[in-house]
Amino acid sequence: MVKMGKIKLRNFHQARWDEPIIFELSTPGQRGILIPEVDDEIVNKVGKAEEIIPENIKRKELPKLPELSQPQVLRHFLRLSQETLGQDINIDIGLGTCTMKYSPKIHEQFVRNPKFSELHPLQDEETTQGILEIMYKTAELLKEISGMDAFVFQAGGGAQAVFSNASILKAYHTDRGEGDKRTEIITTAFSHPVNAAAPHTKGFKVITLMPDEETGYPSIEALKSVVSDRTAGLFITNPEDTGIFNVHIKEMVDIVHEAGGLCIGDIADANGLFGIVRAKEMGYDMCHYNLHKAFSSPHGSMGPCCGAQGVKKFLEKYLPVPVVAFDGEKYYLDYDRPHSIGKVRMFYGVVAAVLRAYSWIVSLGADGLKEVSELSILNNNYLMKRLLTEVRGISAPYSKERFRMEQVRYSWEKLKEETGVGTEDVERRCMDYGLQEFYQSHPPYLVPEPFTPEPNETFSKDEIDEYAEIMKKVSQEAYENPELVETAPHNGPISLIPQPPITDPEDLIVTWRVYKKKKGID
Amino acid sequence: MDENKKIVYPYMPNSVESIKKEMMDALGIKNMEELYSYIPEELRMKGKLNLPKPLLSEIELKEHVEGILSKNISCNEYLSFLGAGCYRHYVPAVCDEINSRSEFLTAYCGGTYTDHGKCQAIFEFTSLMGELVDMDVVALATYDGSQAASTSLRMTNRITNRNKLLVPKTMNPEILAHIRNYCDFMTITQVDYDPKTGQMDLEDLRRKISDDVAAVFIENPSYLGFIEENGREIGEIAHEHGALFVVYADPSSLGILEAPANYGADITCGDIQCLGMHMGYGSGLSGYIASKNEPQFIMNFPNHFYSLYENEKGEFGFSRSLNQRTSYGSREKAVEYLGTNTGLWAITAAVYLSLMGPQGMYDLGKNIISKAKYAVEVLSSIKGVKVLFEDSTNFKEFILIFDKTNKSVKEINKELLNRGIFGGKDLTKEFKELGNSALYCVTELTKKEDIDRLARELSSILS
Repeated sequence: MVKMGKIKLRNFHQARWDEPIIFELSTPGQRGILIPEVDDEIVNKVGKAEEIIPENIKRKELPKLPELSQPQVLRHFLRLSQETLGQDINIDIGLGTCTMKYSPKIHEQFVRNPKFSELHPLQDEETTQGILEIMYKTAELLKEISGMDAFVFQAGGGAQAVFSNASILKAYHTDRGEGDKRTEIITTAFSHPVNAAAPHTKGFKVITLMPDEETGYPSIEALKSVVSDRTAGLFITNPEDTGIFNVHIKEMVDIVHEAGGLCIGDIADANGLFGIVRAKEMGYDMCHYNLHKAFSSPHGSMGPCCGAQGVKKFLEKYLPVPVVAFDGEKYYLDYDRPHSIGKVRMFYGVVAAVLRAYSWIVSLGADGLKEVSELSILNNNYLMKRLLTEVRGISAPYSKERFRMEQVRYSWEKLKEETGVGTEDVERRCMDYGLQEFYQSHPPYLVPEPFTPEPNETFSKDEIDEYAEIMKKVSQEAYENPELVETAPHNGPISLIPQPPITDPEDLIVTWRVYKKKKGID
Repeated sequence: MDENKKIVYPYMPNSVESIKKEMMDALGIKNMEELYSYIPEELRMKGKLNLPKPLLSEIELKEHVEGILSKNISCNEYLSFLGAGCYRHYVPAVCDEINSRSEFLTAYCGGTYTDHGKCQAIFEFTSLMGELVDMDVVALATYDGSQAASTSLRMTNRITNRNKLLVPKTMNPEILAHIRNYCDFMTITQVDYDPKTGQMDLEDLRRKISDDVAAVFIENPSYLGFIEENGREIGEIAHEHGALFVVYADPSSLGILEAPANYGADITCGDIQCLGMHMGYGSGLSGYIASKNEPQFIMNFPNHFYSLYENEKGEFGFSRSLNQRTSYGSREKAVEYLGTNTGLWAITAAVYLSLMGPQGMYDLGKNIISKAKYAVEVLSSIKGVKVLFEDSTNFKEFILIFDKTNKSVKEINKELLNRGIFGGKDLTKEFKELGNSALYCVTELTKKEDIDRLARELSSILS
């Protein structure tokens, strides 16, 4: 924090409630909420519920749920909330690739408004014109922002949108009679792993391009050596996890197009691109945005979220059904799409995220969106300069002469070599200064001892300075007193807990009942 | 006042010119463009995005967005009998209180220490669901019920190394469409139903099953509302042929209906929207998958597992485990892809089940099944209206057939709408063979007077 114009590190301590598992709090007979008794007149007419339930499927024993009264349930979960470092209460720069930006509170009022929260997806369209208008207009806004021709919001997250794009890719080649031939997709090692996993789930063979040692992105030659008439498509992120913008993107896209493949851009990391580079100019045929990242919808302890899927005109017919359309007078859901890949999620997706994204875009406009990107790039490079010049033991491989986009993948390799303290230790120690942990890396771990912060536009210079000071301090601690860092966190909600990797699946404990069985507790 | 003054954006602290300048100075640049001037010219945006003039103040934004939302008419305003995969159940105030908490609402993928509370809440979700479905292994919630069903069925393919699926003809068409896309390399055969009861036709099942079937899948209660009573027999037939038995179960029914595991299910899955989530035009959906505690099941889940660890002081911590299964661990070598899905709804469902307890879930089930029976009796006594599958018991949904009236479901629903009622989901496109039919839904929020009112309005519309 800043006090009297100077950065002062916080004397932080996380809430530490030593809160039992909810089952341990159970007291037989207590009730948290009551359900109305069945109306006497109903009972008189249809008999008792016990007699209505078919005998052969009647539950024999009530579920062994805990029994608590309402204040105790509330208190328990409030304590757990206090033992969670949400974006709203910490300088959440650490979780890079996630764009932990401020989610405007006014948007929460919109999604909790009964005019939205109490809408059933199958209501007559006459009664849902408002929300259909929001969905339609958000698609229009994203079309302008990306340069693509159509958007849908059915995917419940970025990964599901990549899967949906892979489904369209397959449908496209199948329609052209090349479904059996075009069985390979190409992606890059620094693209999000779902760009390999989702097409693989759809049945494609995956080829992964490794980065050039110097630039950090794959060379044109590397791409040329794997492109063939088996190539279905290229699934690529730009900028990649490293925050390096691949300046050869158009050339790569052209090579894949010439070979008959399509290009699918994962623009989950859109925060440095608004008003600067669009999907269209990069040559993408399909893309997706994560509305819970650059478009401000809160991450919700890992969802719900929305992968907005955008395609060029020639692929529009394959989009999952329904698509929101407008006939000049009213908005409606168009299900009459015979070429559609069908469904990737029930109904129309997490529309709450669409409502928030709409609100965010219209509150900023073109200048505001560009400001978002320019500031996220400025913040990132400012932090990079401080970290690389002031923090001992840190480095940033690749493309050293250039500015980065919205994030950087750093390495604590030197720190590890010199002190024995690795990135995991640093990450745990950061908590003692009030920080959320940082994102290390998606696989493969090409950068040793990785660390990927993303100081997006919603963090102030003071906060970025505080963040840099903490890294400096932890690095200094590693050199002077490595054990202090290795045994962190010291001020967290729990102490260090050894987590040896599970090798036998039966050692997994994901339910309280399994824990009790293992411990022989009744 | 300076007419050309730059806008300072409330969400962007460094949009203040003097701060921006200080940071640019630190980087030795004169203008922002220098930061990305290495991006080739042909890729760069020419001019400005063509977007509407921004609503810069919160006042203008609120007025604008609420103005659009006010065009909606919600289920708080009209009486709704819609279900079909998204339900208007009561949402306890404590559920909203907890999922509005900034800490949960704005957390993300933090782990054991920084998000200890979140990890424990997720462990409690899986533990509570484990009790509800009477199974030992439950994963963190997935996107929705149809993804849960699709993944469950792909799990059976990996476990059995077979690729044929048997599913009921009565199943939810949206889920079936999802499965068809997600499991596109598998052969899906639909099993017939008894026209009187809707129950799966066991003879047809025996005819269609063979030793190369990976799974027999049922919904219980069925999409069409009736309770499937032959679960045990169906499971036995599946197992006799080495197939797995997957049951899609509505959690709101499990206080009174047997947990599928106890009539033979190997995997139980479904949607938890009914456990404390508002409908939000479908935003509240979230899927669950549970299985037996056996390595072949565990290792085939693509979802996160939050496993419990204990230190020498007896403190618990929770950590994502066996990550190599997932695409966060091994990219394309993972069993399926994985991404962010519905953590906040898992936490909310944990709150809901903790509030309800065993007795609450029992009372909920009793309330709903009684209302459904009452509605069936009252509505079937309307002239020209018939309830389908009368010989079965309905849990919260049931089918009304209007064949003997002179109006289509579409016309009837329009007239109901004019009277402030959302009628049941029109089934005439999805289930042509059922005739002029609609799927109606009642929950604990439906009052006796609501059902009586529906009966009166239908009588009047059809008279």
